[in-house]
Amino acid sequence: MEGLLEVLRSARRKAEQAEVFSVSSRAMPIQFEANELKQVQTKESRSSALRIFREGRIGFATASEGGGLEALVDMAVETSQFGSPANFQFPSSQDYSEVCIVDPEVEGIAMERMVEIGKELIAKIRGHTPDILCDVQVTKGTSSISLINSQGGEGRYDMSFFSLSLEGILVRDTDMLFVGDSESSCRFSDNIDDLADRVIWQLEMAKKKATVSTKLLPIIFTPNGVASALLSPLVLAFNGKSVLEGASPLENKLGEQVFDKKLSLWDDATIAYGVGSYPFDDEGVSSQRLPLVTNGVVANFLYDLQTAALAGTHSTGNGQRVGGGFPSPAISSLILSGGDVSFQAMVEDMKEGLIVEQLIGADQGNLLGGDFGGNVLLGYKVENGEIMGRVKDTMIAGNVYQVLKELLGVGKEARRVGGILQTPPLYCSRVSVATKGS
Amino acid sequence: MTGLFAFIRVKGYNKGVRDVIADALKGHDADYLEIHFEESQATNIAYRGERLEEISRARNSGGNVRALVQGSWGFVSFNRLGGLRDKVALALEEARLASRGPFKLFPTESVVETVVPQLEKGSTAMPLAAKKELLDEYNDIILGSPKIQSSRINYRDAGRQSIFANSEGSYIEQAKTDLTLRLTAIAREDNEVQQAGLSLGGNGEFSAVERLHKQAREIARRAAALLSAPQVKGGEYTVILNPILAGVFAHEAFGHLSESDFVYQNESLRQIMALGKRFGGKHLNIIDDPTIPNLRGSYKYDDEGTPATKTYLIREGVLEGRLHSRETAAKMGERATGNARAINYLFPPIVRMSNTFIEPGSASFEAMLGDIEEGVYVKDWYGGMTSLEMFTFSAGEAYMIRRGRLAELLRPVVLTGNVFTTLQNIDAIGSDLEMNQGGGCGKGGQYPLPVSNGSPHIRIRHCVIGGK
Repeated sequence: MEGLLEVLRSARRKAEQAEVFSVSSRAMPIQFEANELKQVQTKESRSSALRIFREGRIGFATASEGGGLEALVDMAVETSQFGSPANFQFPSSQDYSEVCIVDPEVEGIAMERMVEIGKELIAKIRGHTPDILCDVQVTKGTSSISLINSQGGEGRYDMSFFSLSLEGILVRDTDMLFVGDSESSCRFSDNIDDLADRVIWQLEMAKKKATVSTKLLPIIFTPNGVASALLSPLVLAFNGKSVLEGASPLENKLGEQVFDKKLSLWDDATIAYGVGSYPFDDEGVSSQRLPLVTNGVVANFLYDLQTAALAGTHSTGNGQRVGGGFPSPAISSLILSGGDVSFQAMVEDMKEGLIVEQLIGADQGNLLGGDFGGNVLLGYKVENGEIMGRVKDTMIAGNVYQVLKELLGVGKEARRVGGILQTPPLYCSRVSVATKGS
Repeated sequence: MTGLFAFIRVKGYNKGVRDVIADALKGHDADYLEIHFEESQATNIAYRGERLEEISRARNSGGNVRALVQGSWGFVSFNRLGGLRDKVALALEEARLASRGPFKLFPTESVVETVVPQLEKGSTAMPLAAKKELLDEYNDIILGSPKIQSSRINYRDAGRQSIFANSEGSYIEQAKTDLTLRLTAIAREDNEVQQAGLSLGGNGEFSAVERLHKQAREIARRAAALLSAPQVKGGEYTVILNPILAGVFAHEAFGHLSESDFVYQNESLRQIMALGKRFGGKHLNIIDDPTIPNLRGSYKYDDEGTPATKTYLIREGVLEGRLHSRETAAKMGERATGNARAINYLFPPIVRMSNTFIEPGSASFEAMLGDIEEGVYVKDWYGGMTSLEMFTFSAGEAYMIRRGRLAELLRPVVLTGNVFTTLQNIDAIGSDLEMNQGGGCGKGGQYPLPVSNGSPHIRIRHCVIGGK
C-alpha cells in the first residue's frame, strides 16, 4: 500500500482526483504435453494503474513494477490532455461485504502434488482410450488486489485459484478427434473424476461417426456448447457500453419479454469460491448479484462508473480491468438458471437433431447482431432419441435472439464451465446446419 | 551497451544488465539455460462512437529464465532483475520435477549482436496529438455516413526492446515496434445491426495508418449496405477468396499444421504431415518468411536466438518443410527454422509463424470468375480459427457469383472445411499477391503475436459455407 500512497500523493499535486490500482500475482502452471510432463512454470508479476481527473479530463497510465512507477504520473498527465470528460466521482470509503475467494490450502500445494494430479487424470483417460494424447494443465495461483483513491476509497483483498484442464487428441488416418474440458475454482480440489468422466463420455459418444444433411434441425447445446456458441453475443448485448451507444439489440428492451420464459440469467460476483468473484470491482464499487434476464424479461445491463454516469444510472459493480487496462463493464460470473428437463429426456425427444459441445470460429460473425455460427469441432447426431455418433464437416449458424426466444427445453443438469459460467444444457429448435456434399 | 534500455535499474548491483545476466548464466548444472529481459512502451487509443473511450500509456519491464534439465523445462518470469540467480535456481528445480527423455537442442551458433531497425517516421515517437487528430478524422468520416449508428477505432503502438542471452554464449539485443489499427463501422436499422471493418498493421512506420480516409468511407458504406443484404443459403459452393482472405486461409488452415509442436510428439500426425507428401496441385507454393524486410512478422533472430530463415512449407504442391523451435527440430531430426517466438516475457517461446503466404501464380481474376455458374466471392476478414484438420474463417464481405459475374452483396459468411481436401480443391491461383498485416495470431494463451499473411486471389471448389 505504501508505494500506492506515494503515487497517489504525487498525482494529487497535479490532478483534482486520482485513483491507484495494483495487482500482484503469482501463478504456477504445470504443463503436460502428449501425456508427459513438459514444463513447470512460475510467473510473478506486479503492475499498477493510475487514473486521474485533470482539468476535468481523464488520464490513464499503467506500469509494471520496476518498469517505472515514477513515470505513471507523467504518462497519465500527458494522456489527460486528450482524455474524455471526467463525469463521475471515485467512490468514497465504504464497507465491503466479505466474499469467500481464498482457500489457504492453495498456496502450500507442492509442485509434486500437482504433478501427481496431472498424471492421475491422464492415466484415467488413457485407461479408457490408450492411444489418446493428452495436454493437461494444472495451475495454482494467488493474487492480491489493492485500490486507493483521493476520495477516501480504499480496499484490498487476496484471492486464490486452482484449475485443471485437459485437451485430448486422437488421430486415426487423417481423422482427428478433439475432446476436453476444464474446471477452475478458488478452492483446491484433487478430485479428477468429474472432469475425467465428462471427457470419457465425449470419447464414448464420438466412437462412431454419423452423417447429417443440410437443413434446419433442433440442437441441444451442452454446457460447453452454450459457452462456445451462445455466450459471446449475449455478453456483448448486456454490456452497458453497447447499450449506451445504441448498438445492442437489447437497447430499449428493459422490462420486455425478449427471451423464452424458461430463461433466467444473472451476473453474480458474490458466489463463494467463484474465480470471477470479488468483494469490490476494479473501481472500488461493491459487488452484487445482478439479474440480467428474469423469466425471459430483460432486467439489467452491466455498468462501470463512467458508462453508468453517461447513461444516467449507477455502476453495477462490473467495472473490470481486463489485462490491466482501462476499466470497462464486464461479467463476473454468469449463471443461467436450470430447468426441469433431463438431458436424457431432451435426447429422447429428438427425432433428428444435433448435440453441440464445441464450435470453432464461433466468435467471428456479427456478434453485436446476435449471430453465432461455426464448425462443429465436437458434436453428435441424434436420430429417433438415440445418439448415433460424432458429426464432421458440419457448420451451424443462427441468431441468439431467434434461438432463445422459444426454447424446447432448459436442462436440469446445470454445471460450471470454465470457472465463470454456470449453465444447464439448452434445447433449441430450428438451427441452420450445413454440411459437405449436400 | 547501446542505450536501448532506458529504465532498467538493477537494485543491489553496480553492474550493467549484461553483466548481471552473464553472472546468472554461470555455474549451474542445467543442460541449457536462457534469460530474456525486455522493456516496452505502448500507447492505446480507442473510440466507441463519438466517444474517445480510452487513451492510455503503459510502460513495462520484465524477464524470464528458462532451464532445460534432462529433457524437461522450468520457466520463471519476473518484473525485477534483482535476485536473478535465485530465479535461475527455481527454474532448475522446476525442470528437475519432470522426467521426459533427455535430448540435445538443435545446435545454433552463438551470436552477439544488436539489431535496431531504422524507422523513417516511427509511430511510438509521434506526438499523441497527431495520433488523435488522425483517428478523429477517420471517426468523423464513419460517423457522418448514412445509417451508421456507431464506430469502433482501436489504435495501438508498442515498442519492445529485448535482450536474449543463453548459456551457449549468445547475447542479442533487438528492438521492434508493432503498430495496429482497426476501424469498424456499425450500421443499424430497426433491430438489424451490421458491421464492416478494416484491420491494418505495420512494423512501426506511422505511414501504415495514414491516408485511410477513402477506406473509412468505404467500410461505412458497406456496413449500411449489409443491412439490406440477404444471407447466403448454406451449402457447398465454388468460392473465390480475395488476397486478404486467402492469406488468412494460408495462415489458419495450413500454417498452423506446419507448426511442429503440434506434430512432433504425435506419431499419427507425423505420418499425415510426412515430408514429400502431396497436398495440392503443382501450382501451390506456401512459404513462411520472417526475413522479408518491414513486415509485422519480420525479425532477424527468434526468441531462442536462432537466425530467421525462409521456409518453403509446400513447394509445387508437395510438403517440403515445417516450422521449428530448437527442441522440435532436434526431436524430428530436422533443422531449426527460427520460428520460436513469445509475445512477451511472461511466456516461453513456442513455435509460431512469421510472414506466411501463398506464392503468386498466373490466373487472372476474370478467368477465375468466368466459368462459375453459381458461387461466392469472399473478401475482408473477421477472423479465423483452426483445429489442425478443420478450419473455419469468416468473411465480412461476400458476393454471389452467377454465370461468371459478381452479383448481390451478402451478409457475412463463414467458410469451413477439411484442410487436406480443401488444399487439393484449390484449382486456380492468381498473380496479384498482397500481404495483410492486420490482427494478430493467438496460440497457447499467447495473443496477439505480430504476424502477416498474404496470397493472390485463389479459387476453391466444393467449399462449405454456413448460412440459412
